[in-house]
Amino acid sequence: MLFTELLKMAGLSLVANKMRTLLTMLGIIIGVAAVIAMVSVGMGVKKNVVDSISRLGSNMLVIMSGSSNRGGPRGAAGSVTTLTYADAEAIKDKIKNIDYVSPSVQGSYQVVYGHENWNTTVTGVIPEYVSIQSLEISSGLFFSEHDVDVRNRVAVIGATVASNLFDSVNPVGKKIRIGNAPYTIIGVLKSKGQSAGGQDQDDVVLIPLTTAQERLLGITYVRSINVQVTEADKMNEVQSNIEKLLRQRHRIRTGAEDDFNVRNLTSIMETMSSTTTMITLLLGSIAGISLVVGGIGIMNIMMVSVTERTREIGIRKAIGATYNSIMLQFLIESTMISIIGGLIGIVIGIGAAQAISKFGNFTTVISGLSIAASFGFSLFVGIFFGMLPARKAAKLDPIDALRYE
Amino acid sequence: MNVVTITGVKKLYKMGSETVAALNGVDLTIDSGEFVALMGPSGSGKSTLMNILGCLDRPSVGSYKLLGQEVSNLGDDDLARIRNKTIGFVFQNFNLLPKLTSLENVALPAVYAGINSKKRLEMAMEALKMVSLDDRAEHLPSELSGGQRQRVAIARAIAMKPAILMADEPTGNLDTKSTGEIMQIFRDLHAKGSTIILVTHEPDIARAADRQILVKDGQITKDLLTAHTDEIIDIV
Repeated sequence: MLFTELLKMAGLSLVANKMRTLLTMLGIIIGVAAVIAMVSVGMGVKKNVVDSISRLGSNMLVIMSGSSNRGGPRGAAGSVTTLTYADAEAIKDKIKNIDYVSPSVQGSYQVVYGHENWNTTVTGVIPEYVSIQSLEISSGLFFSEHDVDVRNRVAVIGATVASNLFDSVNPVGKKIRIGNAPYTIIGVLKSKGQSAGGQDQDDVVLIPLTTAQERLLGITYVRSINVQVTEADKMNEVQSNIEKLLRQRHRIRTGAEDDFNVRNLTSIMETMSSTTTMITLLLGSIAGISLVVGGIGIMNIMMVSVTERTREIGIRKAIGATYNSIMLQFLIESTMISIIGGLIGIVIGIGAAQAISKFGNFTTVISGLSIAASFGFSLFVGIFFGMLPARKAAKLDPIDALRYE
Repeated sequence: MNVVTITGVKKLYKMGSETVAALNGVDLTIDSGEFVALMGPSGSGKSTLMNILGCLDRPSVGSYKLLGQEVSNLGDDDLARIRNKTIGFVFQNFNLLPKLTSLENVALPAVYAGINSKKRLEMAMEALKMVSLDDRAEHLPSELSGGQRQRVAIARAIAMKPAILMADEPTGNLDTKSTGEIMQIFRDLHAKGSTIILVTHEPDIARAADRQILVKDGQITKDLLTAHTDEIIDIV
């Protein structure tokens, strides 16, 4: 009963000083909008990073040959050529909790069809590569186990390669030349678009691993082996088993360095995601400071308002207002400012985030949590900074207040 | 029945190292239905006595029984509730809230008493009728004359049907004609049985009361019934 009356009174007094109320609210509006917009930018960055890593495959271990460490300068990762197809098969046979093992080799080649040519990356893979990279075939088919066994000159091409060499002709069944040898195209991949890093994922030519090794590159080693683990919590176990197995196969003495290294994409993703979470928090808390400043603005104005209305407070006390009813009246005013300001701020913040993604070409993710948190924080700020003026008002002595001119 | 019983009341203030007594041993009883004028020069302790009587302040020493209840040791919120239900104030400068209409001003004490909106407005309208201002219920104080504003203030003071009506120089800011109207309202209310304490320094106004009390130097120096005396109290 009394509370609804106090609400009405607070509302009346806010309406009576429209300009002042609006200016006070502005601090909260900007604060809430800034938090929502900044956090949405941070979350956008995080989404980009996580997406680009998880597009490489989840629960993925990548085994690369290590750096050479025999005397003097070290070579780059991959400069040692100890990792082989046989290693990949051994991992597949002997280690549990593995879905796929996919070794690969790569080289950059000019691919020629008729009088068209195109420079692209040629990757030698095994059939499991399709599942591990979640590829889809738009026409034709992928090469088989048999193609790998007999080193067939067959190729599956990405959409970019297809459109550059063949235009609108169906490439399936056509012959292209890679490094002067003819390859029959047996399939075209469905377009995957650009990766988050800006790489064209359709600019690829896939050929059987053994064909690439022996007929194209003339090597016996593999560049990397991708291993997909069945469950995320088996990652570490599988990783250490692989390390043990490879040390044994490569006859590395205890104490000597590995000639390979195993990268855990999940742990990279965790690191990246926690880094970007930090960035998001940083952006959010910087914006949050403006919310606190807005709160101080509320306190300022409420202090002035209490002084201005000393006589009103005296009258109210003389006719029977208690400490709580005076305090509530002023607290409701500051809270109303922060609630209304917070709601307007949410609308502006969402608008700003959408504008950033539309005109700034920047991914933004508006999260319900950031909206709720910034609104909750603005509410807290309104109550917290309204408390001091409200208590000042409630503590006024009625005799002094009535005498105040 | 005694509405007010004050015994041995002192109000002491510390001024640096010295203690000053604004009231120095006051005994006073006021009966139900009395119309009392409280007089005294400025600095006499008259305002302090009024503040204590109105439960805006507490005595330092002594006892104050209001309607038989000891109130000298109550907390701020208890005093606020007593002011709300038992005491009606009329001030020299009206003290209406400028943004509320007459009706809303008069209904304000009932808001703090937690009375519902319908009942509250009925009570306020009834009080406005008693001061013949029911036709100005929706006007803001700024749209009323000084006399009308004071009548609204009286309506607010009587809206909760308090045991005591306290008026502090109610005619101090009014012209002669309005003064006459306001004093007539007090006399009418008195005739209907209200207990009224009127603080004034004008002998003419004080003579409208049944009983005149003079406060000087923190003590009651004269206390006499108007009907039994021709004496005009010279407050100086």
